[in-house]
Amino acid sequence: MLHSTSPLAVGIFAAVVAGVLWLSFRLGRKGQSAQGYFAAHGQVHWAVNGVAFAGDYLSAASFLGICGMIAFSGYDGFLYSIGFLAGWIVALFVIAEPIKALGKFTFADALDAKFNSRGIKLAVAISTLVVSIFYLIPQMVGAGALVTPLLGLPQWAGVILVGIAVTFIVVTAGMVSTTWVQFIKGSLLVFFCGILTVLILGRGLSVNAGHTGAIDMTPQVRTVRPDGTVLVDGQPQSSDHDLRPVGTIARLPERFGDARSTGPLGPLAYLAALEDSTVVTWSKKTHTDDQGTHETFTPTERPAAELLRPGGRFKGLADGTLAGRLDFASLMLALFCGTASLPHILIRYYTVKDAMAARKSTVVGIAMIGGFYVLTLYLGLGAMTSGALDPTDENMAAPLLARSFSETLFAIISAIAFTTVLGTVSGLIMAGSGAVAHDLVQGYWGVKLTDHEKVRIGKLAAVGLGIIAMALGILFKGFNVGFLVGWAFNIAASANLPALVMLLFWRRTTKQGIIAAVTVGMASSLGWILLSADTFEKVYGLSKSMAPMPFSQPGLVTIPLGFVVLVVVSLLTPATQLLPESKHAT
Amino acid sequence: MMGAPIAMTNDNPSQEPTTHPPASRIGLALFGVYVLLYGGFITLVLVRPDLLAARPFGGVNLAIAYGLGLIAAAVLLAVISIFAGTRGPRS
Repeated sequence: MLHSTSPLAVGIFAAVVAGVLWLSFRLGRKGQSAQGYFAAHGQVHWAVNGVAFAGDYLSAASFLGICGMIAFSGYDGFLYSIGFLAGWIVALFVIAEPIKALGKFTFADALDAKFNSRGIKLAVAISTLVVSIFYLIPQMVGAGALVTPLLGLPQWAGVILVGIAVTFIVVTAGMVSTTWVQFIKGSLLVFFCGILTVLILGRGLSVNAGHTGAIDMTPQVRTVRPDGTVLVDGQPQSSDHDLRPVGTIARLPERFGDARSTGPLGPLAYLAALEDSTVVTWSKKTHTDDQGTHETFTPTERPAAELLRPGGRFKGLADGTLAGRLDFASLMLALFCGTASLPHILIRYYTVKDAMAARKSTVVGIAMIGGFYVLTLYLGLGAMTSGALDPTDENMAAPLLARSFSETLFAIISAIAFTTVLGTVSGLIMAGSGAVAHDLVQGYWGVKLTDHEKVRIGKLAAVGLGIIAMALGILFKGFNVGFLVGWAFNIAASANLPALVMLLFWRRTTKQGIIAAVTVGMASSLGWILLSADTFEKVYGLSKSMAPMPFSQPGLVTIPLGFVVLVVVSLLTPATQLLPESKHAT
Repeated sequence: MMGAPIAMTNDNPSQEPTTHPPASRIGLALFGVYVLLYGGFITLVLVRPDLLAARPFGGVNLAIAYGLGLIAAAVLLAVISIFAGTRGPRS
């Protein structure tokens, strides 16, 4: 769909982004030492850090991806919310305090605290970079998707805008400004999503939302011709001739009689009324011929109850295929294990003063993130029935839902979504920057660096990562950002969690075991993803049936594999003598 | 031997890794509770998805109620962990 821009939307967007950049520049003076640049001097208050956790974690995947997935596929999008939050329990009860106690700047510090091994530093640094880059992709894709309707710019322009802004934030002040950007973004995101949810409940459910008369059930065809021009139902796409917005209520439950709207509903009454309603969703079929690629969107009436239970996206749950069910189980395992293995989340534990502050900040983060994920259910279902969805772009469901209320709210939500991307991307680039300067250059290559030189290398690495992120964001245009983040969780959980957990719980763990677990976990999960059916179809443009892997999410195999490799290699290598002062040796 | 977390600190050179006292076990017990709840949910989705269509809670189906319950349980256990005085290694 084409989206018109409004000066108000552009103004609000520009004001929010300018505010964030100003704050970053202002805080720049506070982070010039390595301890300040990489860990904000370890002096961030636990409550601020907790909100910053939410700002760091509630990425484009959580906001744009989950809302879009629920709006397009129903309950299965909510499974991501459940899994994303569950991972924080691992972080709180297993990881938080040891990480704080063992590390200083990076995740590698913690894994290496006992051994002072160059091999561990190298393996973990590479793992950090791979996970960060995979996590960066969906953030940049989300940024591009936002800028198109808001500013009328092409997708690549949005990606470059975010890349430049984030690189500026990270290079100016490192972890200090990143923390405050995430604090502000986390607060704004939860607050305005709360407002949006209140508006959804206040509006209730309406037949043919936003329109009068009968629902238009005519199929729509969008054709992208070989020369790049777009046709809608055979005519050139324009602001006057475009795809109709989709997704609405066809019939309300009988208890509402002939009313076309339920009026305001409470949170539970909203879910109950929707369960008894009939909705109009759409099916999408794509075929390609010499005239171009044709996407046919066909409106379909169906009971909403079908969409409020698992199986909308994970087809294997509905049709009972083994591969489909394994795919689902694998994803849920990866989400559970992945959070506590994400480098950009782990480094936030170094910004508070002690282990107790680390735990308290995790609890604040869980409360905020949990509250937000409850809201995602209403945002997604509200979008599904708003009559405002763009059938070509899942990632735009939340902003378009906001637009169905007002242009101002649309501008605010879009600007917040943009800062959502800024906050998460800056955290990821910080993690990668630390891995390069602290783990690779200083730790692995043994280059003696002054504090100033270390910060300078970190900043150069941040610029490099920013450029890589921009390129990948343009390349992966069109993917659901929540889906892409699932891959990052799989790699993080497979590469990092086995080593971290076994280091904490098994005395016999050796440095060779850790190196092997990180390397095998990372390589196997990455290799599995590259050979999966989803990648064959969506990245390589090949048939799914050519993919050698039986299901797409690798975690079910590669996470246990990491544990097995660590145990076997540790048993085959001599027990390592403790190196108590290794933190200071690095 | 697997068990409670090994207390590792690099601030005290003389300290050997030791199994942590019972306080950290409370945290692991809370973790175990959540694993059971989460595992139960995954098992239900995989084995008996038909049960998730039941509507035992004010017209809200079990799939949504269980999902919201898992989110609430995570927050509740996190808060309990503060008041129960759980602590991990080196707290």
